[in-house]
Amino acid sequence: MSQKLLLSAKEIDIILHRLACQLIENHTHFEDTVLIGVQPRGIFLADRIKEVLVRDYGLSSVKMGHLDITFYRDDFRRGEKPLEANKTHIDFTVEDKRVVFIDDVLYTGRSIRSALTAIQSFGRPREIELLTLIDRRFSRHLPIQPNYRGRQVDAINQEKVKVHWVENGGEDAVYLINN
Amino acid sequence: MSELSVNHLLGIKYLTKEDINLIFETADHFKEVINRPIKKVPSLRDITIANLFFENSTRTRLSFELAEKRLSADVINFSAASSSVKKGETLIDTVNNILSMKVDMVVMRHPNPGAGVFLSKHVNASIVNAGDGAHEHPTQALLDSYSIREKLGEVGGKKVVIVGDILHSRVALSNIFALKLQGAEVKVCGPKTLIPKYIDKLGVTVETNLTKALEWCDVANMLRVQNERMEISYFPSTREYTQQFGVNKRLLDSLDKEIVIMHPGPINRGVEITSDVADSKQAIILDQVQNGVAVRMAVIYLLASKIKQ
Repeated sequence: MSQKLLLSAKEIDIILHRLACQLIENHTHFEDTVLIGVQPRGIFLADRIKEVLVRDYGLSSVKMGHLDITFYRDDFRRGEKPLEANKTHIDFTVEDKRVVFIDDVLYTGRSIRSALTAIQSFGRPREIELLTLIDRRFSRHLPIQPNYRGRQVDAINQEKVKVHWVENGGEDAVYLINN
Repeated sequence: MSELSVNHLLGIKYLTKEDINLIFETADHFKEVINRPIKKVPSLRDITIANLFFENSTRTRLSFELAEKRLSADVINFSAASSSVKKGETLIDTVNNILSMKVDMVVMRHPNPGAGVFLSKHVNASIVNAGDGAHEHPTQALLDSYSIREKLGEVGGKKVVIVGDILHSRVALSNIFALKLQGAEVKVCGPKTLIPKYIDKLGVTVETNLTKALEWCDVANMLRVQNERMEISYFPSTREYTQQFGVNKRLLDSLDKEIVIMHPGPINRGVEITSDVADSKQAIILDQVQNGVAVRMAVIYLLASKIKQ
């Protein structure tokens, strides 16, 4: 197994600030906007983005939730491993809100397809955007593209993109892993 | 662990402690789901479930049906009163006929103990026991433990007394198995005639004085007197039963602590508990009903995930 560093902690920090600024450009005061971290791995990125918005740009009223997509996935009973659910925490409705999904890696697009279905249980959003740290190009199974992307990566199917966070028991880093 | 150790839910007896934990963790997620504006998830849209009720039931049947529908399964209902069982069809024939319509899971209530186990050996579907005679009622015991866990934080180490007709109660037996498995202490309390011989072999103690039992416990699970299962008289009169084994507000207030009151329903108000107890804040009877849907969703979801395509 070999691994290559795609993004260092410093680069991730710069990207987080850029993504936060791009969000502010489109959503200004975030009155009608809610950020939704997609479980399990998108919540770390979502928390970080929110932290930048609050700490560096004073947007303390930004609303954020965590959405679990397990029960909406299209591979129930199809894989070797059973699906494990995570916590959903959304204490507001998304009716007529501008929703921004936040996930760490966009690969086949199936998770986001599930999230699009799942979010409807909380109301009918006015629009939904997607923010992702890593966009794996040429690997989509569905017509889904990010509105905000940290870094675009060309990786073949045998390769894995792994995002580490300090909160996850490591350092901030993104690796391309070749098995 | 993310998978049950069993392919059917026939009784608590066949489960491990890890199975129960997995069911509760999954039920936590479903409890959140059923409190959303839209209470439904699409997980089981390619699963068909038959609810076979060979014995009367209101809340269990509704709870299962709602759980199945909240998971988007297709549901067919069958009750023995209006079926060919009356014409002499055997259980296996009835079920195989239903399964030939491509049913994946069977939820069955049956008056004969062991009916679920018997069926699981002869038909090709996942079986959920929704009560088999005076034997087991596993989902009731799971939702009872889940409700205790929700109210008191955990089940292990808690003192639970099951009061009433232990002899005819599948709820009591499944509860004893579930509570002991999770490390709770269990007492049973009721007229001697309604307490089975050898109950101590299950690791529970017997108390015939209700006040003493309530003083000892954290939780009292009040069972209904099952007149329909009694062929002889087990106590002189309902009035005398209530005097000795009925819980009223005065008795509860005389205790030096606030215990939790549970009841699997249907309640005979004024017999095993008075109305002011059933409607008091110490009673978690309606929480049990709501938790029943979440717990049954968890059981069905986890069993369905083991049905291969």
